[in-house]
Amino acid sequence: MGSTNSTLSKIPNVEELMQETGFTPAHIVRLYDRFEALDKEKTGHLRPQDFGAINRLAMNPIGDRIIGAFFSPGQETVDFHSFVRILAHFRPADKKHPKDPSMPEPVNSRTSKLKFAFQLYDQDKDGKISRAELLQVLRSMLEMQVTEEQLESIADRTIQEADLDKDDAISFEEFRKSLEKVNIDHKMSIRFLR
Amino acid sequence: GCEALLELFFIWFILFHSFVYLPCGSYTEIPPKPPGSVTVLPPVKPAGGPQAFPDAENSNLPVFTMDYARIQVPFEVTLWVLLASFAKIGFHVYHKITFWVPESCLLISIGLIVGAIMHSVHEEPPAVLSYNVFFLFMLPPIVLESGYFMPTRPFFENVGTVLWFAVVGTLWNSIGIGMSLYAVCQIEAFEVQDINLQENMLFAAIISAVDPVAVLSVFEDVSVNEQLYIVVFGECLFNDAVTVVLYNMFIFVADMPVVEPVDVFLGVARFFVVGLGGMGFGVIFGFVASFTTRFTSNVREIEPLFIFMYSYLAYLVAELFSISSIMAIVTCALTMKYYVEENVSQRSCTTIRHVVKMLGTISETLIFFFLGVVTITTEHEWNWGYIMFTLLLALVWRGLGVLVLTQIINPFRTIPFNFKDQFILGYGGLRGAISFALVFTLPDSIGRKKLFLTTTICMIMFTVFIQGISIRPLIEFINVRRTNRNLETINVEIHSRLIEHTIAGVEDLCGQWSHYYWKDKFLKFNNRILRKILIRDNRAESSIVALYKKLELQNAMEILDTVSGDINAGSSIVSLQYVYPLSPSSSCSLSLSLYFALSLILLLSLSLACSPSLSLSLVLSLTLSFFLGTTLQAWHTCIWGVSPILLCRSSQPLSG
Repeated sequence: MGSTNSTLSKIPNVEELMQETGFTPAHIVRLYDRFEALDKEKTGHLRPQDFGAINRLAMNPIGDRIIGAFFSPGQETVDFHSFVRILAHFRPADKKHPKDPSMPEPVNSRTSKLKFAFQLYDQDKDGKISRAELLQVLRSMLEMQVTEEQLESIADRTIQEADLDKDDAISFEEFRKSLEKVNIDHKMSIRFLR
Repeated sequence: GCEALLELFFIWFILFHSFVYLPCGSYTEIPPKPPGSVTVLPPVKPAGGPQAFPDAENSNLPVFTMDYARIQVPFEVTLWVLLASFAKIGFHVYHKITFWVPESCLLISIGLIVGAIMHSVHEEPPAVLSYNVFFLFMLPPIVLESGYFMPTRPFFENVGTVLWFAVVGTLWNSIGIGMSLYAVCQIEAFEVQDINLQENMLFAAIISAVDPVAVLSVFEDVSVNEQLYIVVFGECLFNDAVTVVLYNMFIFVADMPVVEPVDVFLGVARFFVVGLGGMGFGVIFGFVASFTTRFTSNVREIEPLFIFMYSYLAYLVAELFSISSIMAIVTCALTMKYYVEENVSQRSCTTIRHVVKMLGTISETLIFFFLGVVTITTEHEWNWGYIMFTLLLALVWRGLGVLVLTQIINPFRTIPFNFKDQFILGYGGLRGAISFALVFTLPDSIGRKKLFLTTTICMIMFTVFIQGISIRPLIEFINVRRTNRNLETINVEIHSRLIEHTIAGVEDLCGQWSHYYWKDKFLKFNNRILRKILIRDNRAESSIVALYKKLELQNAMEILDTVSGDINAGSSIVSLQYVYPLSPSSSCSLSLSLYFALSLILLLSLSLACSPSLSLSLVLSLTLSFFLGTTLQAWHTCIWGVSPILLCRSSQPLSG
């Protein structure tokens, strides 16, 4: 208990962080330890190279996109608060909290999770997944399994299925609609972050 | 004029049947063939010129002979199977019945009727539910079907929960029910004090296992959410290991007056042998089967054979060593499916799936049917106290067990089970034919075997009828989370893949292992080593590409056929006939049942009057009356111009 409290006192604004993300003190401490382990030069910030040092993440087909999601546009480093805020997306949803319309949408709600996934596609942040962006993701996921023509057919079919307003791109609403029957809370949750 | 036609038709049928049956009366005993004799011309030709007919002077050459004994067994088997299958066809005439009442109940009811008829004429039904026939022939196809069509991804995601419920849940149920039944036995009023603890525990072990046959037939039509389905499904398959061990242990122990702690310890050890051994054998046979199919590119016609032979072998070898054969065949099917479907041709793949389903359905139909028949024909011993308490205790212990076990395992699950899920989990614990077969073959040294039999049958009837029928309205009423079965869009697949990679990445980031880690590790092992050995053309194919190909193929087929649905063999060219889902008008169904009932009564009375083998006549008359009924119905509607629902399955009158 003593070490938890001492660690917590090292983190600035930790109460606000816990309130915003819903993590318990134990989780915050665990994440802080992890943050420090990644931050080899002890600068208090993480840079892309620190993420890249995680071997398995580097081998992930969309590893670079995941790393990119941690960095807000224009920023080159990630501090602990942003680190925790991004990870809070993956908490399983709290069923017990009543829906309070005055409070902002919790970070781990279904919509926030979907937004996170959407942003993995939409690198240029224009609110739509264009055909080119989709192709990029497909290419990195399917690597050498398919020819370029097959990739293009798959991308065409995907857009055709989801695109309701026929603008040849998938907006967030269309994205959400195509996944309406999927249990996103289950798929996009990490158990130990509960 | 039309009436006259019908009457003529009727008369013709009666004459036909009398012709078939009356000669049977004169053959009161079919002369048995002397063993080993074959009708061969004597090797020595009698002197004095060629003789065309060797014994022409005694009797004339028979133009029409009948040798029933020779074909008796296969013939009766075929007729029983046909009869049960006709019953299945018959149920779907009333569309609403099959919606509310699961087929298992309907089949048991028909079985009860047939059993009553057989009992009243003192005929023995074929011993389908005896130990050997049931466990060697009836059960493997069903278990193979469940293993083959088990959705693998949800299964592996939930494997911990499944095993938890299967093993610990069944143990909890057995021990709980056994102990409480023993306590009940001590009550003098029920007159069952002679059942000792071991016998009670044995009986409890038999009836506490949830039965795959019953559960599957009920849960297949009802769509609960995937998590719930897979847990119920998996539990009923994997509790076999526990049941086998407990059964053998208690049979062994029931003879002994004293139980030593060593035996309990040995029991636990045996459990591991049984469970892991079953799975091990299954995996080995699965791999061998996959490896074999790698080389079958030149013998495409017999490719499906390997699947069936290897899975059946796995089952039999497991039975040889008295380890869990159900687990063996299920794991064999699970392992095999993935690799085999990449090696075999498209046609073989379709054949395999279709035949597996067909065999499973036949077995299930026969099992329920004979469950009904055997209910009437076995000897019963009724004891109100024991039976009622068994039913009550089974329900109570299952409910308690589900509650307690879910509380323990919920923290480990990503989607915890809420109370509604738990209720369905508990309520869906149906018992079935496996319990019956096990009780049927208890050694006669168990004093109250008949009582056990009766109680088991009551248990099965109660769970299958009451719980089976009420589970659908209950699910709707308490609004359990349902699943949507049509999730196969390319969008969902791609996005799901992306999300999986994301989760794997974030988990690496957090430095924690979870089942994605193991899944990833296994996939890499699979790609690098297993696929190279077991698959012929090793082109690693992502599920996205596989789904894309499948969807494109479906599209192409839809363009060829003007409506969605089954393409039957004859309409590969432009189809003139529109095939709509069957929607019989009530008057057609009414007249059908009327014709059926009429012909049944007629034929039954005829055959009961004069026939050597009564079971034969019974079965023949039932099946032929189905034919008669449907033919008459077809004539009726063809003549009267109402839509011919039975011949052509279309709701528009055919032109020409």
